[in-house]
Amino acid sequence: MSLRTEEMVLNMGPQHPSTHGVLRLELVLEGEVVHDVKPHIGYLHRCFEKHAEAMTYPQVIPYTDRMDYLASMYNNFGYVEAIEKLMEIEIPERVEYIRVIMGELQRIASHMVALGTYGLDLGAFTPFLYLFRDREKILTLFEETCGARLLYNYMWVGGLSHDIHPDFVRKTKEFVDYFRPTIIELNELLTYNKIFIERTANIGICPAKEAINLGLTGPNLRGSGVKFDLRKNDPYSIYDRFDFEIPVGEGLVGTVGDCWDRYYVRILELEQSLRIIEQAIDQIPDGDVKSAVPRRVKPPKGHVYHRVEAPKGELGYFIISDGTVNPARVKVRAPSFVSLSAIGEIAKGYLIADVVAILGSLDIVLGEIDR
Amino acid sequence: MQNYISEITGSDIIAFVLGTVPPLAFMVVFTLFAVWLERKVSAHMQDRLGPMRVGWHGSLQTLADFLKLLQKEDIVASATDKALFNIAPYLVFVGTFLAYAMLPFTSIYIGSNADVGIFFVLAVSGFVVAGLLMAGWGSNNKYSLYGAMRSAAQIVSYEIPTALIVLTMIMVYGSMSLNDISVQQAGFIWDWGIFGGALTGIAKFLIIPFMLIAFIILFISSLAETNRTPFDLPESESELVAGFSTEYSGVKFAMFFLAEFANMFLVSSILVVFFFGGYQSPIGYLGHLLGIDWLVPIEQTFWFIAKGLFFVFVQMWLRWTLPRVRVDQLMAICWKYLIPYAFFNLLIVGLILLI
Repeated sequence: MSLRTEEMVLNMGPQHPSTHGVLRLELVLEGEVVHDVKPHIGYLHRCFEKHAEAMTYPQVIPYTDRMDYLASMYNNFGYVEAIEKLMEIEIPERVEYIRVIMGELQRIASHMVALGTYGLDLGAFTPFLYLFRDREKILTLFEETCGARLLYNYMWVGGLSHDIHPDFVRKTKEFVDYFRPTIIELNELLTYNKIFIERTANIGICPAKEAINLGLTGPNLRGSGVKFDLRKNDPYSIYDRFDFEIPVGEGLVGTVGDCWDRYYVRILELEQSLRIIEQAIDQIPDGDVKSAVPRRVKPPKGHVYHRVEAPKGELGYFIISDGTVNPARVKVRAPSFVSLSAIGEIAKGYLIADVVAILGSLDIVLGEIDR
Repeated sequence: MQNYISEITGSDIIAFVLGTVPPLAFMVVFTLFAVWLERKVSAHMQDRLGPMRVGWHGSLQTLADFLKLLQKEDIVASATDKALFNIAPYLVFVGTFLAYAMLPFTSIYIGSNADVGIFFVLAVSGFVVAGLLMAGWGSNNKYSLYGAMRSAAQIVSYEIPTALIVLTMIMVYGSMSLNDISVQQAGFIWDWGIFGGALTGIAKFLIIPFMLIAFIILFISSLAETNRTPFDLPESESELVAGFSTEYSGVKFAMFFLAEFANMFLVSSILVVFFFGGYQSPIGYLGHLLGIDWLVPIEQTFWFIAKGLFFVFVQMWLRWTLPRVRVDQLMAICWKYLIPYAFFNLLIVGLILLI
């Protein structure tokens, strides 16, 4: 005798603790085994790109803050650099250095949230709170500089909204010294935990070829063993002056490209970001951060595509100018959007618990996906 | 206890009713305390303060939360199976509460000093599985169903290593009554079960490592049976929202909560009875020293609760340190490791006892 069985459809989200925002995953399940995953997005859509057409160029900057709200600095960074490229503005050295330092601090803060919530997805509460405690120090640095803790609107076309705080250099150095040991603590508590490795190694494997075909970028691509980082491969700003490495997934505890590799690449990147900050913090030249800010941002007719290595991956801005003060079109290539689109390929055939692990390892932010 | 009360009141029925009051009171007070403890333990492990406002260091916070739960509207979704949905939390609670009847808090007060003791505890714990399945099915919610199925599979699987270890212990002590087992461990710390109990000669030394293995297996399986991290899959927040209790609110949710925390103490006290001397003091009694007889049971209660609380604390400690295993890994741990080891342990202990 055989029982009639059928697949069950489970809607995971939009209100679910581990979908990292308002994402709905349509899971087709047989028992606990996942046969298909379909992400449904759009719950956080705010018409960013259409809105941008009605704004002047500088007015768009606060909107970019709200895309990947865990890495607002870097969103500003990409956008203002794109406009500067279009207008061919020369930026003072001081501005460049401060931007790089802010960007790398932001990368650390963003990775902290990624790593912490990943532990949370797998049931480990404590690393999350430790990382948030340390992220607080970075947010305090930002707050002292520009007054905001999450949405900074700090980088302006041609300059910065504020010069750095007099204590900034000292406090940043203190943070770097403080944070190095806590990475070791995190490794002991979570990274090399037996249960954590069991849960993440050999799960959600994405081979290098598939990762490239899916268009993954950033830590997700590097987790698959592809050594590609825009800061090295297509240097922008002053990243070519610093000495740092590109960590890639090596399959230390499982297969190259599994969840653990993607997680571990982020841990290694923390150290590389600290190295960049250490090098840059002593070299900040004197100068005025607003000297190159144009009176009126009115780029010539034309278009530009500028891409930066945001914490989540390649963040690209395609801007068309028709010669007026409003952009004719702003198109964003959001790294999280591409990362999420890969989940259908990666998560097939695993268990429900693994879908949570895979989704967490891709580190998506819904604000950036829906815009 | 019943005998004592029925002598005073002259009625067996009143005696039985009154006899149930102390365990119930203990359960409620313990749950209030344990929830507060859990919050404080987790908070201090995570570099936070935890509740601080209500009472001294937030000590009345759980009471306030409990009052809030009592006042909440009892929501029953229209598509639920009403009968199952409504009975389930009480069944879970009853399963845990019945087991409390057998716990020997002191040598003179035991809810029911039945000879079947531990066997009864294992039997009534089965109620909990039925209750969880009813909750999951009755909720008519996919997450609840997954939670219930997981917890049924988990508890049934982990009952096997538990039963094997209990069998080993029955061999060692020659009794199923928890009170008898505690009495056999009277004396000092080296008379505790984990150090070979009342055995004498070479057998006492030979059995120590195997008692340790038995303790570890029983501890792991009891973690799984109480659905605590790293085995909290039935209510794993990040996958199944809240598992079988997703649809519950108000008093019914409080019942699940009460049962969960009471269960934590239950499994801890079973560990204490088997391996750590039950209510026996590790250092002798002040009552005996001073010649005050009524002091002894009070000391025994203190030691029993203190030892139980220690293991409750260990469970909390693990919860805030470890991530969660996956459902297939959970089964693998049980069937591939714990059951063979428990069997092996049973054989060796049997051989040692023959010496």
